[in-house]
Amino acid sequence: MVGVPVLDSMLALVQEATTHERAYVPFLPSWMILLPFIGFVINGAVGYLAPDRRKLVSAVGPGVLGLSFLVAAVNLVLLIAAHDAEPVIRSYWTWMEVGQLRIEAALQLDQLSVMMALVVTCVSFIIHIYSIGYMGEDPGYARYFSFLNLFVFFMLVLVLAANFPLMFVGWEGVGLCSYLLIGFWFTEPAKADAGQKAFIVNRIGDFGFLAAMFALFAYLGTLDFQAVFAIAPRGFEYGGAAVTLITLFLFLGCTGKSAQIPLYVWLPDAMHGPTPVSALIHAATMVTAGVYLVARTGVLFALAPLSMTVVAVVGAVTALFAATIAVQQFDIKRVIAYSTISQLGYMFLAVGVGAYTAGIFHLATHAFFKALLFLASGAVIHAMHHALEHAGEEAGEDVTQDMRNMGGLKAYLPTSFRTAWIGALALAGVFPLAGFFSKDEIIWSAGARGQTLLWVLAVLTALLTAGYITRWLVMVFHGASRVGEGARRYLRAAPSVMLVALVLLAVGSVVSGWVNVPEALPLLPEFTWLHQFLHPSFEAAEHVLVEHMGEPAHVAPLGGGEGTWAVLSTTAAILVVIFTFMALRGKRYLSAREAAEPTGLWRLLYRKWYVDELYDLVIVKPFKALCMVSWRVIDQGLIDGALVDGVAYTTRFGGWVVSRFQTGYVGTYVLIIVIGILIILGAVAL
Amino acid sequence: MDLSQIVFYLFAGVAVASSVLMVTRKNPVYAALYLVLTLFSIAGLFVLLDAHFLAALQVVVYAGAILVLFLFVIMLLNLGHAFEPDIRGRFWWVFAAGLGLVLLAELVAVMRGAPERPEADIVGPLLEARGAVAAVAEPLFQSYVVALEITGILLLVAMVGAVVIAKRKA
Amino acid sequence: MLIESLLLSAILFAVGVAGVLLRRNAIVMFMCIELMLNAVNLFLVAVSRYAGIEGQVFVIFVMTVAAAEAAVGLAIIISIFRHYESVDVRNFRLLRW
Repeated sequence: MVGVPVLDSMLALVQEATTHERAYVPFLPSWMILLPFIGFVINGAVGYLAPDRRKLVSAVGPGVLGLSFLVAAVNLVLLIAAHDAEPVIRSYWTWMEVGQLRIEAALQLDQLSVMMALVVTCVSFIIHIYSIGYMGEDPGYARYFSFLNLFVFFMLVLVLAANFPLMFVGWEGVGLCSYLLIGFWFTEPAKADAGQKAFIVNRIGDFGFLAAMFALFAYLGTLDFQAVFAIAPRGFEYGGAAVTLITLFLFLGCTGKSAQIPLYVWLPDAMHGPTPVSALIHAATMVTAGVYLVARTGVLFALAPLSMTVVAVVGAVTALFAATIAVQQFDIKRVIAYSTISQLGYMFLAVGVGAYTAGIFHLATHAFFKALLFLASGAVIHAMHHALEHAGEEAGEDVTQDMRNMGGLKAYLPTSFRTAWIGALALAGVFPLAGFFSKDEIIWSAGARGQTLLWVLAVLTALLTAGYITRWLVMVFHGASRVGEGARRYLRAAPSVMLVALVLLAVGSVVSGWVNVPEALPLLPEFTWLHQFLHPSFEAAEHVLVEHMGEPAHVAPLGGGEGTWAVLSTTAAILVVIFTFMALRGKRYLSAREAAEPTGLWRLLYRKWYVDELYDLVIVKPFKALCMVSWRVIDQGLIDGALVDGVAYTTRFGGWVVSRFQTGYVGTYVLIIVIGILIILGAVAL
Repeated sequence: MDLSQIVFYLFAGVAVASSVLMVTRKNPVYAALYLVLTLFSIAGLFVLLDAHFLAALQVVVYAGAILVLFLFVIMLLNLGHAFEPDIRGRFWWVFAAGLGLVLLAELVAVMRGAPERPEADIVGPLLEARGAVAAVAEPLFQSYVVALEITGILLLVAMVGAVVIAKRKA
Repeated sequence: MLIESLLLSAILFAVGVAGVLLRRNAIVMFMCIELMLNAVNLFLVAVSRYAGIEGQVFVIFVMTVAAAEAAVGLAIIISIFRHYESVDVRNFRLLRW
């Protein structure tokens, strides 16, 4: 390198940046958020004015995300260089100021938020690229990209906000974009309905968020993150009713946004949206907002042990519950949707037992491999749709997405096939892929913090996960082809932009686990980088936890250390994968049209435990009846009839009575005036 | 009983008598003339009540301008001789008189709070100090100048309106 | 002279009211109204002697408005007379329910 002065000086700069302690100065933080918004404006304008300018959209849509990703990456590097930097608050303007309440439009840049921003922009960027191919022939191309850009904008607002109300703006904004994109093909009633279902169910959760915000303000008088977390340990009694209530309300918001029991029902229906949307919003980013919220407000949750338990239990139960449903689904996307719910359950289990880093870690790795799985199924659907359409057969969603109509696709879609295997193994938790490290850490954390029952649930879920995802692989890619003879000739691999995205995500699924290698693993170097990096963000919460609950143990409920169980679990996962693969490979499936509904327990799972029907019976039907009563009796009868019409009739009658005095004779008027004066004067005189 | 009181009662008696006559005369010209008499006696009372400028205005505006307008209209409409009997019947005599008396009684009841012997005459010294016109003009052109201007506009509007309304339609 | 003036103004006002009730000729009714206005003026002047010069200022406004009213009112009567050939108020009863 000597002799190349430019390179030398750059090297020196990098060395200085990484060796010397220096304060963290954010690099263009507002642009990280602004870029997707600019993309939204441009794409929206194109969609409105010139929908056929596809090249412009293809450049702007992913381009702004690429730049935004670069900004986030630079910030992450700067943060790493500044060890254990304090959070930096960048305030731009005062959003509202009423009495004691003062809300700034401010961004908080710390380890957690920048990490999240990086994951969001990275996955978004890749999925934007994929979308160029997937949505290439859609008439709403520009509209699609404008929504997708807007979504990323709101997601970054959510992640980078420095106070609750601003976070709520992002929270609502991503909900809005989710609604817009689920119902992207709104001309089909089922898809529009799915969008509304997501929106309404999310509203219930948002109520919890709002209530928690109001209560926080009532108790602490501020809504800024830093201030709240600084005051909370002194302001709230440990385990007191106030903080428990606030955190439970917050968690209600999380169950809505992150699809946990009881508000998970919208997520499977959200699969009606375009597949890249499912990958981005309903797997990688938006649905993890709840996990992020719990991690962000970790101090509050740490002060409320009851809420922590609720979070952990709901997470573990959801994980198992959704995994069982995934076992018996036939829609290629629905399996992954339930898998997503299940994995989100894992993340809540992690943050619920206080293993915040583990939760965020799994969030990051899951973003890669779940997006990968979704995009792989997107490639499959794309190919199926294309083939069936060219063969002149019915190419509706229920046909192209039913796994009973697939099988043996590995010969036609080799890249999708290989990357899907990587994603599936990562999800199953097979060493050395990403899911192994993150999931293992969650299971270990649950055990180490003495939650034996939850630990058992988590282990069971892990085995089920390996099972259902192998079934998914087998049904889609292996065995005899169940695609019709005519259509089979038209099966083509996806456009190369889509394959590039698949490969990028596959790489992410492999390497993203290595940022946090626990010390206990045999034969591997200890490299707990993520732990150390995120430590400042969770220090306060962990401090509260340790103070009240003691250090976590170093043995699992059944004995053995972390290393032992990691080896055991990956072995078990591999065994389940092999067993399922062998068992299902030769199985003959009937195509969707001929297949009968499963029987026995399978039917219970196929019908998703009848939860939708239960909700319909318990909530929707009574609510509709109540609405009917309000409409017919209260609104039409009481308000319209008695009040509105009543006032009108009374006025008319009164007017009729008074009009009798209007005789037209001046004498009458004079007499009436004089009598009136006499009455008034008489009243004054007496 | 000094002179001013004698004069006061004189004017008061003339005012009451001529007003009653005004109400009861059938011929509108007579009624107008009795009204002029009433207004003149009220102008006299104004003088006794330290309102010299108003007394002059009363004579000029009411007796001079308004009443001449009334007589003009009566003559214009030719109501001076071939007038229809416009007074109502016997029942209305009693009724109108009764209502008038009740009103009078109530007015007196309202006014009974007025002090028998007022403490100080404010306006008298003011008139002596500033003169009859300046005493009234000063507040009129200082405190009430906006109202005065608006009254001017009102007069303009009334003038235009009267011309338009009374104009013979083409 | 305060009490006497007030009593006189009350009497004149009552006479004016009785006149309006009694007569049917629109012009004479108008005159009765002028009489009532004068009764009020008398009241204001009598009270202003002890309450301040503002009472007299107010009388000036009353006179102005009365002049305007007389001009417009008589114009209306002329206009009506052209139509009905009469000033009897019983004839004008177009404006009713």
